[in-house]
Amino acid sequence: MNSAPLRSPLHDEHVALGATLVDFAGWEMPVRYSGDIAEHTAVRTAAGLFDLSHMGELSVRGAEAEAFLDDALVGRMSAVALGGAKYTMLCAADGGVIDDLIVYRRDWDHYVIVANAANRDAVAAELAERVEGFDADVEDISDDIALIAVQGPAAEAIVQRMTERGADDVEAMKYYASAPILLAGGIHAFVARTGYTGEDGFELFVGADEAAAVWQLALAEGAADGIVPCGLSSRDTLRLEAGMPLYGHELTRETTPFEAGLGRVVVFGTEKNPRGDFVGRAALESARDAWNAALADPAAAGGEKTLVGLVGDGRRAARAGYSIVDESGASVGTVTSGAPSPTLGKPIAMAYVPLALASEGTAVHVDVRGRRESMTVTALPFYKRTA
Amino acid sequence: MAHVPEELLYSEEHEWVSGELAEDSVVTVGITEHAAEALGDIVYVELPAVGDSVSSGEVCGELESTKAVSEMYSPVTGEVVAVNEELSDAPETIGEDAYGEGWIFRVRLAEEPSGLLDSEAYAKITE
Repeated sequence: MNSAPLRSPLHDEHVALGATLVDFAGWEMPVRYSGDIAEHTAVRTAAGLFDLSHMGELSVRGAEAEAFLDDALVGRMSAVALGGAKYTMLCAADGGVIDDLIVYRRDWDHYVIVANAANRDAVAAELAERVEGFDADVEDISDDIALIAVQGPAAEAIVQRMTERGADDVEAMKYYASAPILLAGGIHAFVARTGYTGEDGFELFVGADEAAAVWQLALAEGAADGIVPCGLSSRDTLRLEAGMPLYGHELTRETTPFEAGLGRVVVFGTEKNPRGDFVGRAALESARDAWNAALADPAAAGGEKTLVGLVGDGRRAARAGYSIVDESGASVGTVTSGAPSPTLGKPIAMAYVPLALASEGTAVHVDVRGRRESMTVTALPFYKRTA
Repeated sequence: MAHVPEELLYSEEHEWVSGELAEDSVVTVGITEHAAEALGDIVYVELPAVGDSVSSGEVCGELESTKAVSEMYSPVTGEVVAVNEELSDAPETIGEDAYGEGWIFRVRLAEEPSGLLDSEAYAKITE
């Protein structure tokens, strides 16, 4: 990690808006502007504007780009349509998760991968190794790209107003689709209908030198709808309510996708549509079989844990790292993320618990700084948008 | 920059104290604007109870925001004679008016406090 913090191309905008800046994965990023709850609520009811320029972007180009990614990732990137996107993972040979990723297919021979800021170097190094022997090149383009998200029920109208050409494409864009859009002022943007908030929304990839213009354009065009700039704090409570995993919390090198409830992202293929080898395949097959056996016979399971939602009965929230304890006070599970939910008005958390405690409605106790708080196992997500 | 009123005294754990600092006198305690800003939107305050004995430097409650949770340390030693009950329903008052309506508890001092900082010294540690 660099000793001097990395700065987003939007740093001056954040300072001008009076943001509170914190260190995040080596970056100096806004944790909040006005207030966490106001920002959270704006995204649920109107729109929020996020600077995600700390995230890593890697470009993969070449005649064998799809063959390479099919080998390197647990999902099948050759099956992604032009202009489509896929949530996937980079796993180690032993099946552990190195990072979770969104992969956008820009062209037949061109993909863009978005990685977590903290894992950018690890992902770049791993892909550089795995690309050996394929006719493809991996390039870390993070420093040239600013990533700006407009999220919330008003996002579609706002992004449409930001366009010079392509307003209809914005409206027609399906979830996890993307398209090149020309923004006002002649700025080229690659726009995707993706996000990390549980709301409708868009992520705009623009050149770093045009980031400030796009940021100001979003604030100006969104003003009538009540858009507010949002920091990392509201981003975290929004994704937690939406039950979305955060690497380093719900996903780690020690977690398999199956335990995290994300087994569907690992594509082994079928008899009719077989898939060849990929890095981690053998280990992930074993993990899947062990997981299925445990599900079929939880009594005989060997300590398999699964990710669940918890809703607190009291007011004190469980936080990452706290233990779920049994009657004797012994730890039987671990909280991975937790906070008071602004939307629900109650503490919520995600946690790994043994299968025996994973059914909805199970009452559990969490050791919250030395005192036991009762919580109830709940289906994820905690929040689902209605429209 | 967070406000640090000159007339108050401060602990290194970001509490403020107002009132006469003599044995048996009653002082008011709250958290500083700097601490409130660092926490973000406070959604829950666990207050000490009236009649509790509190000791300087020891935990006497907690403050929870959406972002984080922070233990509250008593800056003085004595008996709690009042708590700000309004905070149960309106914990956001601390963020809105940390040095006024957002006061947290009052203590009858068992001894004259030592080690508190004046506003200049406190402002330095928050720089």
